[in-house]
Amino acid sequence: MALQSLDIVRRSATTSRSPQIREPSGGREVAKLIDTTKCIGCKACQVACMEWNDLRDEIGTNIGQYQNPADLSANTWTLMRFAEVENSKGDLEWLIRKDGCMHCADPGCLKACPSPGAIVQYANGIVDFQEENCIGCGYCIAGCPFDIPRISKKDKKVYKCTLCSDRVAVGLEPACIKACPTGALVFGTKDDMKQHAAERIEDLKSRGFEQAGLYDPAGVGGTHVMYVLHHADQPHNYVDLPADPRISRAVLLWKGFSKPLGLAVMALTALAGFFHYIRVGPDETDASDEAAAHELAKRLEKAP
Amino acid sequence: MTNHWVDIKNADIVLIMGGNAAEAHPCGFKWVTEAKAHNKARLIVVDPRFTRSASVADVYAPIRTGTDIVFLGGVVSYLLANDKIQHEYVKNYTDFTFIVREDFAFTDGLYSGYNAEKHSYDKSTWDYEIGPDGFVKVDPSLAHPRCVYQLMKQHYARYTPEMVARVCGTPQEKFLQICEMMASTATPTRAMTMMYALGWTQHSVGSQMIRQGAMVQMLLGNIGVAGGGMNALRGHSNIQGLTDLGLMSNLLPGYINLPSENEQDYAKFIAARAFKPLRPNQLSYWQNLDKFVVSLMKAWWGDGATAENNWAYDYLPKLDKLYDMLQVFELMSQGKMNGFICQGFNPLAAAPNKAKMNLSLAKLKYLVVMDPLATETSEFWRNFGEHNDVDSARIQTEVFRLPTSCFAEEEGSLTNSSRWLQWHWKGAEPPGEARSDLRIMAEIFTRMRALYQNEGGTFADPILKLSWPYARPTDPTPQELAREFSGKALKDLADPKDPTKVTRKAGEQLAGFAELRNDGSTSSGCWIFCGAWGPTGNLMARRDNSDPTGIGQNINWAFAWPANRRVLYNRASCDPSGKPFNPDRALISWNGSAWGGADIPDFKVDEDPTHGMGPFIMNPEGVARFFARTNMAEGPFPEHYEPFETPLATNPLSPTEPRALNNPAARVFDDDRKAFGKPAQFPHAATTYRLTEHFHYWTKHVRLNAIIQPEQFVEIGDALAKDLGIASGDWVKVESNRGYIKAVAVVTKRLRALQVDGKTLHHVGIPIHWGFKGLAKPGFLANTLTPVVGDANSQTPEFKSFLVRVEKL
Amino acid sequence: MADMTRRQFLAVTGASLAGSSLVLLGFSPAAAIAEVREFKLARATETRNTCPYCAVACGIVMYGLGDAAKNAEASIIHIEGDPDHPVNRGTLCPKGAGLLDFVHSPSRLQHPEYRAPGSDKWQPISWDDALGRVAKLMKQDRDANFVTKTPEGLTVNRWLTTGMLAASASSNEVGYLTHKVIRSLGVLSFDNQARV
Repeated sequence: MALQSLDIVRRSATTSRSPQIREPSGGREVAKLIDTTKCIGCKACQVACMEWNDLRDEIGTNIGQYQNPADLSANTWTLMRFAEVENSKGDLEWLIRKDGCMHCADPGCLKACPSPGAIVQYANGIVDFQEENCIGCGYCIAGCPFDIPRISKKDKKVYKCTLCSDRVAVGLEPACIKACPTGALVFGTKDDMKQHAAERIEDLKSRGFEQAGLYDPAGVGGTHVMYVLHHADQPHNYVDLPADPRISRAVLLWKGFSKPLGLAVMALTALAGFFHYIRVGPDETDASDEAAAHELAKRLEKAP
Repeated sequence: MTNHWVDIKNADIVLIMGGNAAEAHPCGFKWVTEAKAHNKARLIVVDPRFTRSASVADVYAPIRTGTDIVFLGGVVSYLLANDKIQHEYVKNYTDFTFIVREDFAFTDGLYSGYNAEKHSYDKSTWDYEIGPDGFVKVDPSLAHPRCVYQLMKQHYARYTPEMVARVCGTPQEKFLQICEMMASTATPTRAMTMMYALGWTQHSVGSQMIRQGAMVQMLLGNIGVAGGGMNALRGHSNIQGLTDLGLMSNLLPGYINLPSENEQDYAKFIAARAFKPLRPNQLSYWQNLDKFVVSLMKAWWGDGATAENNWAYDYLPKLDKLYDMLQVFELMSQGKMNGFICQGFNPLAAAPNKAKMNLSLAKLKYLVVMDPLATETSEFWRNFGEHNDVDSARIQTEVFRLPTSCFAEEEGSLTNSSRWLQWHWKGAEPPGEARSDLRIMAEIFTRMRALYQNEGGTFADPILKLSWPYARPTDPTPQELAREFSGKALKDLADPKDPTKVTRKAGEQLAGFAELRNDGSTSSGCWIFCGAWGPTGNLMARRDNSDPTGIGQNINWAFAWPANRRVLYNRASCDPSGKPFNPDRALISWNGSAWGGADIPDFKVDEDPTHGMGPFIMNPEGVARFFARTNMAEGPFPEHYEPFETPLATNPLSPTEPRALNNPAARVFDDDRKAFGKPAQFPHAATTYRLTEHFHYWTKHVRLNAIIQPEQFVEIGDALAKDLGIASGDWVKVESNRGYIKAVAVVTKRLRALQVDGKTLHHVGIPIHWGFKGLAKPGFLANTLTPVVGDANSQTPEFKSFLVRVEKL
Repeated sequence: MADMTRRQFLAVTGASLAGSSLVLLGFSPAAAIAEVREFKLARATETRNTCPYCAVACGIVMYGLGDAAKNAEASIIHIEGDPDHPVNRGTLCPKGAGLLDFVHSPSRLQHPEYRAPGSDKWQPISWDDALGRVAKLMKQDRDANFVTKTPEGLTVNRWLTTGMLAASASSNEVGYLTHKVIRSLGVLSFDNQARV
């Protein structure tokens, strides 16, 4: 399939420019909104994901909790994680979070990936793995600030949520979204999802959740999977949702090695575009990193 | 459900108690989240466990299993004491003003007429006082000491917040907070819905728990209104339909009780059920019963049912007692049953006390299992080690296992808990040689009929004369059967008002049960389904999902019984003059000459409201009953009795009367009574339930569901776990007086230790699902633990409250 | 945080950092062709059905292999919620979402089977033999144990020694026919799942 029809905006380890002129009306970025305050942890999303994507994980064991399978895997692309937390009033809260790929605007996996075109980002924001190009090096795993991609023992390739790119490509919502019985999962343009979240947050505040808020972390340029949290000030309570996710130092370390090499090769000018790729990630994990990510995110949002 | 799934979005308060809708009915629960998100509704969950429903509740209160009557009785007491009732509703639409007989009494937890030897009541005193005009005496001033209002007030005065805290273990402030929230719906413009399921039915006092909930709803004026109602969530996809069709020991289709052996006379059988009005100008719709019965008998026996033979009344078997499942397995255990057919039913897992089930099934001569899946019941004779330790060689039962098609391979209708009959279509052929249940039943019948034709046999008439008009006698179509249960004219039907006009030609389908007649000119296999396949075709297959009023009525989607009505008792959503109590959520109203609106009126459509006809048209009183008269086994008002396996030594509500510790009217067989455990040996309160990942015992055969919850576990509160040195993931043994299971421990804060009657009580949660067949990890059938005792009215087993002991392995 | 493990992971794989320069070693951008998975339902046959589990009765759409032509044998390849259905509006719970694996469960029974008294195994039996034997056993039991009158002379016409439990996931049509047949035989030991 040609790149144009896919509206790919970024490819891992690739130097040529992506087509950029399409401009769909109504915004091109899509997002999944996960409202943890409506989620009952039923796992319909897990099943719908496996069913649609023809995945079947092992029938495992019970490890002393509701979470099953025990972790994400090459066959489990989304997983409900459960936390029992007592709030300041002494009431119990069962915080349940659907874990899976966040489809970062600034995807650490893509940045880390050394195999051309093994990870792509579409103009709609979906970050998709192209397993036929995957060399199984696992750098994307190191690059992910949310610890999502998993390598398959069977084919040594890495897998994760595609946001049902095959469904979205024909105008359908992802399988998990469609299944969700309580409407805790919603799908639409990113703008619409932010608006939806704002309405939810208002309702939550009327129920005493003063710190209700949206999780759309800036450290990765924002995400195309966002959470409504009752306690946006305590993301860690939702089974270690990172408060301020950033592309890991591992990726930057990798770049530390590759950059001198890259500069040397650049003299050949054959792969000039690589500079374009590599320059978006500065060497240090300081404020400039965040600024660059913001810049990227903005560019993505405005990208024609 | 009195209301329906989508209608929940109209609620202002949602109470989930005796159920766990988020877990067991997630897609229906969506309407709770809708009510919360778009109607500012508040959700209350009362449950021994902090459930998935509780996880999104505004208020959660813990309760000791089996004590819901105390909690709800406390709510009744609160509402009466604080005058938080909808006066206009209660005064006009309930029996508040009715006067009860002078000899009715309640002392120390027992009602008048108790017979301790028989564990039953002489109920003759449980009735109203009837005046010389043949009608019930009433006191509109409510001052009469024996009017229902005063009796209720007196009865529930004992159910104080302190008593609730002491018996239920519910913190008093939580209880009072919930009372206050519920009380907010006493105004005509606010509604509360109650959603319950097996958490209320599976108790020895289950029916009374539900009645108690209904009493709260009536006090608040929440029955018959949009966003209100008593909503039984119901388990299986057609559990509603099969009950509607009377597939129970004592029923005929359409909630007609089968005759008892003392009802030898057809006319008396009808008269006993065709209630005469107890108040002036009441409809008392059951007066039409003979039309329904005659039409049923014509559907079943055709020309074999005539006025001369009392419409084949003798063909119906007569009851000497109820042959419910528990009774049948008791008889089986005594060697009194020879044959048994399980059609899509897995009783080895689904009935209480697995050991008794193994013993009982092994005494059968033959067992026939029809099922799409390999059930445990079909292999009860096979040794699966600790999970089913039997000696095959000693089991002499012949077993037939007949493969059936599943939903995807069939066509037909299912009735959901909203009472909607929805048609579905076939998408593929069944695997291998599997056949539809219709074909198997028809084959068994036609083969038996041929044997009786050829060989003769005992009382062959009902078999030989059974109406069997199907084009392919061994494989009737769903369409043929749907038309038959809906009903048709057998002769040209003349208009009663103008005999020269024919309202329906012979052979035409009928539009509704109002067309049924008692002279044999109509047939209908299930009167409440009449019109589902009407003169215009199959209404069950309708797919118009429009909702013009926006309150979610979807009146042209499929067909709802009765008469396509979506909210039962909807006349009660209007004030006595016929104006909607809540104009924003109007279901129907009186326009001066007729009733109409967003729903089909549950009322005589041209009845002028000034004539005083009550909205509860099936009741001879015309109003709803707080006082159940003789309709309940253990008394006219719900009273708390402890579960049969209780951690308490006495009933705190009647501490001096040992006979009132447990339900005094429950039927308990001797062997089962001996198998009850005592708290000294089994100190923990246990309850069984289903997980959202699973559907009973089916989904362990389904790979996707086995993956997401693969292995047997039990839930233990962190306090108990600490006492016993158990960590999450450890293996534990859970034992009752009937057997044990071994499972992984899930240690959780969601099961909190309760202070009950001055002592600390721990609950143990036992999910059902695992067994010795299927793809999930093999496990123990949870009913290894459960006791055999049923609700005194429904005989539904007490799966929700029993005693166990936990130990670390 | 998982950062630590990622760093360790990198330390292990870091030895082969050559991977990092793949792009520089001649992988041309043209090789980086990407495509989404082909949408698998484009011409599958849609059939409307109802979820067989709980009584919410969600509408489902079953997708069958082939276009229902004579020579195409339909097999259900995917099931999802019916968006037109007023109650579930396309959603499904984890059970409904997994229905495909119920249809194709390895536990689905394919052939009639018979277990002889005392045996520890199944043996195959034809439908004809199975149904013939069942009908014969039922008639024998009914003829031997049917009660027409009580000792007191009451007409009761009941058969108590064979009973039945009926499925609550079968259709109304099945339930209706089952009830009609069972009562015509005089059976009183008769219940459905509503009892439990």
